[in-house]
Amino acid sequence: MPGGKNASPADGLCTNVERKSDLELVVTRLFDAPVSIVFEAWSKPELFKLWWVPKSAGMSLVSCDMDVRKGGKYRLVFSQPAFDQPMAFFGSYKEVTPNKRIVWTNEESPDGAVTTVTFEEKAGRTLVVLHERYPTKAALDEALAGSAEGLPEQFAQLDELLAVGK
Amino acid sequence: MVQYNQARLDASFAALSDATRRGVLEQLCRADASITDLAGKFDMTLTGMKKHVDVLERAGLVTTQKAGRVRTCRLGARALKEEAAWIERHRQLWSARFEALDKVIEKMKRRGAPNAGRKKR
Repeated sequence: MPGGKNASPADGLCTNVERKSDLELVVTRLFDAPVSIVFEAWSKPELFKLWWVPKSAGMSLVSCDMDVRKGGKYRLVFSQPAFDQPMAFFGSYKEVTPNKRIVWTNEESPDGAVTTVTFEEKAGRTLVVLHERYPTKAALDEALAGSAEGLPEQFAQLDELLAVGK
Repeated sequence: MVQYNQARLDASFAALSDATRRGVLEQLCRADASITDLAGKFDMTLTGMKKHVDVLERAGLVTTQKAGRVRTCRLGARALKEEAAWIERHRQLWSARFEALDKVIEKMKRRGAPNAGRKKR
């Protein structure tokens, strides 16, 4: 869907993003499927890798290793035309409770968040709440910014700023 | 309109190209502050801080108000828009991700995973 924003057909299924505090980002979304299916899509690498890296982000997944159980490790390697080196994201699972909760660390940088995902079934649909907790405010500010500090990030921010201000 | 945006773009670049000024914006996200407060926090002279604040003010990122001898600085409308843009950036990533997840889930339902009673489409 090129250029399509908010293309979700059902309003109830919209993705909501909220900055809960200086350190926390919370994303909520309702999925039209029972929790067993939704959880499976999050916990099996062969399914997870089909959706975690959206094509619109311009990135592709080079490899995806996930040992989804308490204490297990994961490692995702992405490539992006703008970077000469592939980027690796890795960490470990602190908690895996089937159909309820997955908690993992992001250890590729000291500023990595702890991510908690909870699953709750309501009338055949599943509410997913993803909570990221960063060690510092600066780390959350910079999340998604790509390379820590520099003009590309600011260009992007300014583009958006100007688009919003029109 | 184009020229107007161009001028704003230049002012914003100038304003954001400096680490102290980015720090000042971050401070003002938490609370309003006087020039004296800011100068103290960033270990600068009043004159030096005043120059930084002027640049931010010209870019619309900060507004100031003088009461007696104290000039209070607060975030301008454009800085608040930037906060909204930050949220929007995250929302776009997660929406795209979850749209892809919807498709995966649809396929799983069609394939007849256990507990997938209903079939749609």
